Amino acid sequence: MGAGHAHTLYHHGHTRVHRLPPEVKVAAAFVFVLGVAVTPRHAYWAFALDALALVVATRAARLPLRFVAARMLVVVPFVAFALLIPFVAGGETIDVWGVSLSRDGALAAITILAKAGLGVTTSIVLAGTTEQSRILAGLERLRVPTVFTTIAAFMLRYLEILADEVGRMRTAMRARGYAPRWIGDAGPVANAAGALFLRSYERGERVHAAMLSRGFTGTMPRLADEHVTRHDWLTGIGWALVPAVVALAAHLAGT
Amino acid sequence: MSVPAVKVEGVRFAYPDGTEALRGMDLEIGVGERVALLGPNGAGKTTLALQLNGVQRPATGSVRIGGDVLTDETLADIRRRVQLVFQDPNDQLFMPTVREDVAFGPANLGLDGKEREERVAEALVAAGVEELAGRAPHHLSGGERRRAALATVLAMRPDVLVLDEPTSGLDPAGRREVLEVLRSLTQTLLVITHDLPFALELCERAVIVDRGRVVADGQTADLLDDDELLADHRLELPLGFDPRAVSARRGR
Repeated sequence: MGAGHAHTLYHHGHTRVHRLPPEVKVAAAFVFVLGVAVTPRHAYWAFALDALALVVATRAARLPLRFVAARMLVVVPFVAFALLIPFVAGGETIDVWGVSLSRDGALAAITILAKAGLGVTTSIVLAGTTEQSRILAGLERLRVPTVFTTIAAFMLRYLEILADEVGRMRTAMRARGYAPRWIGDAGPVANAAGALFLRSYERGERVHAAMLSRGFTGTMPRLADEHVTRHDWLTGIGWALVPAVVALAAHLAGT
Repeated sequence: MSVPAVKVEGVRFAYPDGTEALRGMDLEIGVGERVALLGPNGAGKTTLALQLNGVQRPATGSVRIGGDVLTDETLADIRRRVQLVFQDPNDQLFMPTVREDVAFGPANLGLDGKEREERVAEALVAAGVEELAGRAPHHLSGGERRRAALATVLAMRPDVLVLDEPTSGLDPAGRREVLEVLRSLTQTLLVITHDLPFALELCERAVIVDRGRVVADGQTADLLDDDELLADHRLELPLGFDPRAVSARRGR
């Protein structure tokens, strides 16, 4: 499977993590994030241990630090509001460089940042070591209804073609002097969106005809069945249970 | 007398908006023949192609494939035996990789394991795309994509192949590669094209349709040599192209 690695989320490699069957990795990522989510607030040592587990996975997958760091930026808009909490939350205040902050607010912000960072890094490791189509295959083998995986597969396949069409339309509009500045100039964009919808709909009809010609009866055939060993599951889930165990310990220590 | 691969008799078809695309179409194609389907835009060429594997059904008249009339009962079988290659290969390549796309048809036929792999390998070789098997369709060139689409339909082991504008949008080398692959096939071919030199290079016989009817049927070289006939049906040869010279060279 040497394909599709032009995609920005995937980092081509042949490590143990890359070789793990996709369903194991998807399940492991889910369990890992779940464990992080149930970790008690303020248990910073627990987050540090979880982060260590992620560092181990990242090293094993030989994902470059730059690769991971650049993709982690996606979390910024979501955590931006977390940075506001210390300023708006009430309660006891602390002084940081002359700015008075809510102590609870600051701690909550750190917790949110930690959990978001851990969750995002987990998905970066998953996506970085598993091609998109294989993630979908993994989901399918985890019994996610094929309706969802099929829709997602078609979306991935035609997204780039759609993006190309949008690009050509924009060029054509700009070539004829369209330079929108105000909301009143949005008419042509709406028309273009409508045209794009119609084109996609018609393409859908043609793709369906092509599928029917090749014996499609309503369910996507299963093409690749991989052998998943017990060892694969033990490796994946064993790693993924780290945050859950740590969270349990933190809960016990807290009481 | 052998049974023709395709026999279309008195087929009429109108689109829901009332446009009559086929008005009494008659066409017979022998097994293993390669026929070019020529005609202006809107003549009914693509509509005819869609009739042949039952994507559209005639209002009156009949379509026979290898002697079997196209009916609800024979539809599934005829769809497998007559494969269309669409104008835009993106419509035909919908799986993540070329190999999976080629395997899609055989998998629907219930094949798996070694048998399916053999089918896939055979189709990939026949279309000359073995080395593209692991690639994603989005990362192929126009010509490669065209041949990959051909591989997906060859995996169905069809009797008849209908190609809609197989050379449109290709560079000369891509066009040449498609031509070579098509020439190496043994299936009955019906090739819709505006590329008259391509028709001459690939097909002995050509059929001109206009306004939903066959208006000329004969040797491709003869039809292309008839300036009046071409002009009547909005067909034009490239400037300076002499069909006689080409067919003389081919006959040598």
